[in-house]
Amino acid sequence: MSLIHYLVLAGILFVISIAGIFINRRNVLILLMSIELMLLAVNINFIAFSSYLNDIQGQVFVFFILTVAAAEAAIGLAILVVIFRQRKSLEVNKLNELKG
Amino acid sequence: MFEFIFSPEGFQVILFYVYSAVLIGAALAVVTMRNSIYSALFLILAFFSAAALWMLLEAEFLALTLVLVYVGAVMVLFLFVIMMLDIKVKPKSGMSSYTKAGIFVAILMGLEMIMLLGHKMAHVLPKDDLVKHGKDYSNVKAVAENLYTQYVLPFELASVILLVAIVAAILLTLRKRDDYKHVDPESQVHVKANKNRMRVVKMEAEAGNNIGGEE
Repeated sequence: MSLIHYLVLAGILFVISIAGIFINRRNVLILLMSIELMLLAVNINFIAFSSYLNDIQGQVFVFFILTVAAAEAAIGLAILVVIFRQRKSLEVNKLNELKG
Repeated sequence: MFEFIFSPEGFQVILFYVYSAVLIGAALAVVTMRNSIYSALFLILAFFSAAALWMLLEAEFLALTLVLVYVGAVMVLFLFVIMMLDIKVKPKSGMSSYTKAGIFVAILMGLEMIMLLGHKMAHVLPKDDLVKHGKDYSNVKAVAENLYTQYVLPFELASVILLVAIVAAILLTLRKRDDYKHVDPESQVHVKANKNRMRVVKMEAEAGNNIGGEE
């Protein structure tokens, strides 16, 4: 197994989650899940480089990414609950009040 | 051929491809499923296969952390939110223009990344195999030595971030209810001794008005 295998795997995972953000029109929850998948792809890259270059600092950084991602998931889900209370649906199409 | 498959290196290659296939399949399922419960369950599968891949890379501490924190905590939180909210599953409505745009952008980005990896970075990336550590090497110890010496300040800041997340999540979902009975300490303190206190009234006992119907 060489490093390039892991890099291609992480690239494919990242691309799938980007497609997920585009495709998804009905549920904000799945947007959050796609973001989690993107972070996972980035983490795979970090750990692969850390192992193949024999440098532990990459793994320390993944630890911090995991912490921040957990905090982000908690706040994101809280925001989602508030949105659902206000408008009784989670459809991405209907979240267009800013008209951006 | 058979010798390669049954050697430790060959077995690692097979494991890598199996876990990668499961990971990519689970990621595709997360993105395409209509029911968000299934999406969350496939996301758990994706995290688990990623943890197995990290084990192959000899990052044992992070692999276990991924299973504990993500599968054990974050995904359970996701499942709780999905089950608490009453989300309606819409019937299939064919391929929208967003879907086509999404697939186009994804394929283009994938090609760009693979071109970059294959052509521009091929001579920069290390070609040798994974650095194998001896039996007495401890990944947890190595991570801890780095985390608690050089990165001790970021480590403490990470705990502050988690605290902010707790406060924000509670404050966002806190709801004031009108029918909630409670005591207001301020008005309780400002009670005047003779005006606002409850008083006991003395009065004569009245005769009953014979509700029971007996004479």
